[in-house]
Amino acid sequence: MIEFDGVEKRFGDHVVLSELSFAVAPGEHVCLIGPSGSGKTTILRLLMTLEKVDAGTITVGGTSLSHMDKGGTLVPADDKHVREVRKRIGMVFQQFNLFPNMTVRGNLIEAPTRVLGLSKEEATARAQELLDLVGLGDRMDSHPTQLSGGQQQRVAIARALAMRPDVLLLDEVTSALDPELVAGVLTLLRDLGASTDITFLCVTHEMGFARDFSDRVMMFDGGRVIEDAAPEKLFTAPEHERTRAFLHAVVDR
Amino acid sequence: MNVWDWNFAGQIIPALLNGLRITLVATVLGSLIAFVLGLVLAILGRGPRPVRIVVRAVVEFVRSTPLLVQVYFLFFVLPTFGVVLPALTVGVLALGLHYATYTSEVYRAGIDAVPRGQWEAATALSLPRSRVWTGVVLPQAVPRVLPALGNYVISMFKETPLLIGIGVLDIVGQVREVGGQSFRYVEAYTIAGLLFLLLSYPASLAVRRLERRRAVR
Repeated sequence: MIEFDGVEKRFGDHVVLSELSFAVAPGEHVCLIGPSGSGKTTILRLLMTLEKVDAGTITVGGTSLSHMDKGGTLVPADDKHVREVRKRIGMVFQQFNLFPNMTVRGNLIEAPTRVLGLSKEEATARAQELLDLVGLGDRMDSHPTQLSGGQQQRVAIARALAMRPDVLLLDEVTSALDPELVAGVLTLLRDLGASTDITFLCVTHEMGFARDFSDRVMMFDGGRVIEDAAPEKLFTAPEHERTRAFLHAVVDR
Repeated sequence: MNVWDWNFAGQIIPALLNGLRITLVATVLGSLIAFVLGLVLAILGRGPRPVRIVVRAVVEFVRSTPLLVQVYFLFFVLPTFGVVLPALTVGVLALGLHYATYTSEVYRAGIDAVPRGQWEAATALSLPRSRVWTGVVLPQAVPRVLPALGNYVISMFKETPLLIGIGVLDIVGQVREVGGQSFRYVEAYTIAGLLFLLLSYPASLAVRRLERRRAVR
């Protein structure tokens, strides 16, 4: 579903990702863990086309994010091409990023009506269904500012789902929440993971969640994957010293 | 001869009010141009590099030259190119253009204050660029800058007398007419000043209230 091939990303002189290659199968749940600044979030941002690669290629569902086929030759992707690929990908942010100038309803129907061409009624029906799913069925007409952080994040998840994405990117979605609100959001994500065939790629510091949500965990450090294994293995018998040190530091605090 | 003649003051009020009407027309139409054109400049200022440079240059040029020079320039130079417009129209255009460069900076500050996450969320939802502006960024940016825009309207209102230079009979233009005929200036200028005060002071109070309301939210 997702394929990184020799991807490099620099910010000025700072190399964030180098020679990064990995693939994620359709429906697979992959968590990225590792210390801050190791390039995990950059991977999600590259997939969401919020950043551009400096070298290498990224493909989603067989379509390149950076290039397109034009009469048999590969040329840099234009806006239209990027928009098409992007439609298949959804993202939930650490800071929720709901639109404060719209109600919950507005947030949920905006993209389905403008981008997918749904009628207002269809989009609202879809929004209601998703709000029920995230446990906020009665907050359709609330403003984001009237909701708690946890509720805002649930709406943000519903907003991403309203586009029916094949891939959902979760960028430290519980890091900005009050500790008591974290569990609810994680439970919601576990349910989603179990009930849909969406491909999940998530950056998280919640090791318990990474352990029971993912099919695979990738440990990052310094822009490289240093260990890529099933959670049972990575969390109980990590091969690398760096992984052991990291897990020791975050789990036993 | 008395310094102040109530009778004379009463006589000239209709003419002055007529002038005030012209002043208000120039201010309102000039503001509309400044609001719209300023917004266009602010949005283009975030466009591709070449566009950005041209916009920047235009804004700096207009801001660095006096309004009066711009008024004269438009009034005396446009006819050379076959564009002959009534003085009031030229005045409105000059005011609008001049103040657009200021309002564009105001909008720019408002747009910059919209968090980057809002742009990113809109991108992640694949919203078209135009909709990101009209549906997400501007509805958050514009309300924030309304007080600053209001201040420029007041400021423009007080600068409209510059238009007498091209023969617009605004309130100060009327004062000069009245004075020229009667050689009495005290009443006319005093009333003109009071009329300006009567309008701009409540307007500035209103702007301040708007500012406070925004600060509370």
